[in-house]
Amino acid sequence: MIRIIINRIGQGIITLFVLVTLTFFLVRAMPGSPYTEEKAIPAHTLQRMKEYTGLDQPLPVQYFRYLKNLIVHQDLGDVIKKDGVKVSEIIAESFPVSFGLGVLSIGIALMVGIPAGVLAAVRKNTATDFICLSAAMIGICLPSFVIGPLLAVFAGLGLDSLNVAGWSSPGDWILPAITLGLINAAYLARLARGGMLDVLSQDYIRTARAKGAPPTRIVIRHALRGGLIPAVAFIGPAFAGMISGSFVIETIFQIPGMGQHFVNAATDREFFLIQGLVLFYGFLIVGANLLADLAQIALNPRLRKS
Amino acid sequence: MFCRVIVRDLLLILALFPLLGSCQKESQVDQATREGILLLGNSGEPKGLDPHIVSGVLESNILRALFEGLITADPLHDNATPGGAALEVTPDATATVWTAKLRPDGKWSDGMPVTARDFAFSYERMLTPELGAKYADMLYFLKGAEDFNKGKTKDFSSVGVQVIDDDTLRLTLRGPTPFFRQVLKHFTWTAVPRHVVLKHGKIGQRGNPWTRPENIVGNGPYQLKSWRRNDHIDVTRNPFYWNAAHVTLNGIRFLPIGNPYTESRMFRDGQLHMTYTATPEVIDLMQKKHPEQLRQEPYVGTSFFRYNTTRQPLSDPRVRKALSYAIDRKAICGNVFRGFTPALSITPPMGDYRPPQDRGFDPEKARQALADAGYPGGRGFPRLKLLIASKETAATLAQATQAMWRNTLGIEIEIQNKEWNAYLVAMQQLDYDIANAGWIGDYLDPLTFLEMWTPDNGNNLTGWNNPAFAKLLQDSFQETDATKRFALLAQAESLLIEDAPVLFIAWQSRNYLLHPSVEGWNPLLLANNPYEMIRLIPGR
Repeated sequence: MIRIIINRIGQGIITLFVLVTLTFFLVRAMPGSPYTEEKAIPAHTLQRMKEYTGLDQPLPVQYFRYLKNLIVHQDLGDVIKKDGVKVSEIIAESFPVSFGLGVLSIGIALMVGIPAGVLAAVRKNTATDFICLSAAMIGICLPSFVIGPLLAVFAGLGLDSLNVAGWSSPGDWILPAITLGLINAAYLARLARGGMLDVLSQDYIRTARAKGAPPTRIVIRHALRGGLIPAVAFIGPAFAGMISGSFVIETIFQIPGMGQHFVNAATDREFFLIQGLVLFYGFLIVGANLLADLAQIALNPRLRKS
Repeated sequence: MFCRVIVRDLLLILALFPLLGSCQKESQVDQATREGILLLGNSGEPKGLDPHIVSGVLESNILRALFEGLITADPLHDNATPGGAALEVTPDATATVWTAKLRPDGKWSDGMPVTARDFAFSYERMLTPELGAKYADMLYFLKGAEDFNKGKTKDFSSVGVQVIDDDTLRLTLRGPTPFFRQVLKHFTWTAVPRHVVLKHGKIGQRGNPWTRPENIVGNGPYQLKSWRRNDHIDVTRNPFYWNAAHVTLNGIRFLPIGNPYTESRMFRDGQLHMTYTATPEVIDLMQKKHPEQLRQEPYVGTSFFRYNTTRQPLSDPRVRKALSYAIDRKAICGNVFRGFTPALSITPPMGDYRPPQDRGFDPEKARQALADAGYPGGRGFPRLKLLIASKETAATLAQATQAMWRNTLGIEIEIQNKEWNAYLVAMQQLDYDIANAGWIGDYLDPLTFLEMWTPDNGNNLTGWNNPAFAKLLQDSFQETDATKRFALLAQAESLLIEDAPVLFIAWQSRNYLLHPSVEGWNPLLLANNPYEMIRLIPGR
């Protein structure tokens, strides 16, 4: 077990290094720079601004300087267009918000998606199965920029207790959490159904039935553990994606999370911010995958042996 | 049994969520109105709060609450120039040397007096090359400012800023500038507190933390209370403001809402007193449902197309004019830009300036001009590209003009849609044929729209170079008589119309939603309304 963990951590570090390097050069290959503005910046001012951020240096110098700051000083750099603001400050401020939204959403996704998937599998080829599957398909097909505004208009404007946007009271949290949660619930439902169907046709379930075990007990005690393995494998990266923010949800519901920074940093050519966010996101994905792997091992004794 | 558990769980979840939020009954706007706090949509997160570093409109909206310049905006009249931090700013006979008499009771929000030295320090800081202030050219009106900013001299005493005593500041300009009071309203001319800036860093140091929420000090009617990035900026009354007794609002909350549809939903949900903008769809909706809450007011901005005059066939003025005459601006303003006015010059109507007018929509003349240029009926005309950025109504405008050119001139123009930064790069490198663009004036004088078309200006971007145009502008810099000066500028603008490096489309308007409880928010061309005059009336 420890060997697996060490192995995965080693792979994770290499992945992150490649990610940092690729991001560094890719963002600089985009047309434009952080200083490209509608009102042109005079050449002499532009030179001073570049000197201040070190972007006047040749690319290799910038790269090694960035790596040095990252490894030696754990410094992700400055936000270029926001004078005196550190990338780490932006992440520290926005991550807890995205994390909160992610936890709420994954809660909804789990509470809706898993039971719906299990129910569909247990009632295979019945009206219940059809309804659950259709709902899941709609959830997967409808993008969040459709569900979000629809919920905001019909639920947010209709109910006094719900706000259409913002992030300061419980009334603000509900609609974005449902929007983000339902999309993932749809995926989870399909995966849980597939996994459960697979398990429910196994010999040991038939044996349990033959022995006269009640259906609920068979599903909960015997089938669920194995049937949820595909869903658990999905939850890891999905959770990492959800807690690192969603640009669409954050824009629709005006949430001060990390997702907005991700997209705005790319359009603004905020080199250091993009690099910092990608590194942080990469770190989350690597961590979440590691946890998902460990969870799968815990659920599946065969993996433990191998 | 199992199914029942699941159904119960689902019902519980659905029931629980509205309960969580049921603590709110009074809308946020009603509560804020009662507490005297204005809730404003401000379109995005500010890049900072240092008047010497930032350059955007959304930042200026916040700076206007925190800092006060020598001259301030009048709540009713665009042309009025009431004193702010200064009691009066008076010119000499040539409008070249201006003397500002500061208020003796002017104070910073930490209680320290505002002095002429603060203003002199501020102008020196803004012009110090090491600071790399983007908007330093706004101070080039000062004699010697450009040379100092470009590092040609290191001696600030060569710049026309002189402290006579603590309350008196003398500004010597590069030439007669009768409209200087209008320029002084711009936030780049406000003072920053010398004692605070120097406490946290050096004069030309970027990244000086003096504007962080725990450090910032201003001289405006409000002071910073809290700042949560991408969420809100709260300002509250500044007790040391010289006119604090007459400040009506207790505070303002600026909300950085980037998505205009979210913003309008927040307005309709009672979360905002005022939106930053209103999209055409929202305008249509509000015109039907609540026309009294929709505001459409003139704004000092122009929408236009740039021609790349260095490329064939756009190097031929007849082709450029043909394209211009083929555009039905009225149809565009009615269907694409709600509330905009058809533009027949680059300068929108302002003050006493009467710009010369272009011909406008004239299909016959358009076809004639194209035929004269060697493309009768559009035959042989190359397939040009119209560059747009993936923003707002640009695509609709492009499709409309594409159809007008096809129908009137029989030519095909291809729309080239680029991401914002790539679009700017293409325009700045003259790597385009025709490009959609816009310009917003910094102050109320035609110069803010005309200066950019001089050959060496970084915002020209058309390749157009007419020495006579530049000469007329230079002459206007030396003219002391306001009427004659306007005549020179109008002459220059006639050359711009005659050579047509630009296709004027529309003079912009500001479309936004305003809650009925807000009183005193009057239409101003620069939308620089002083907040201290706004009242919130509960129960409306």
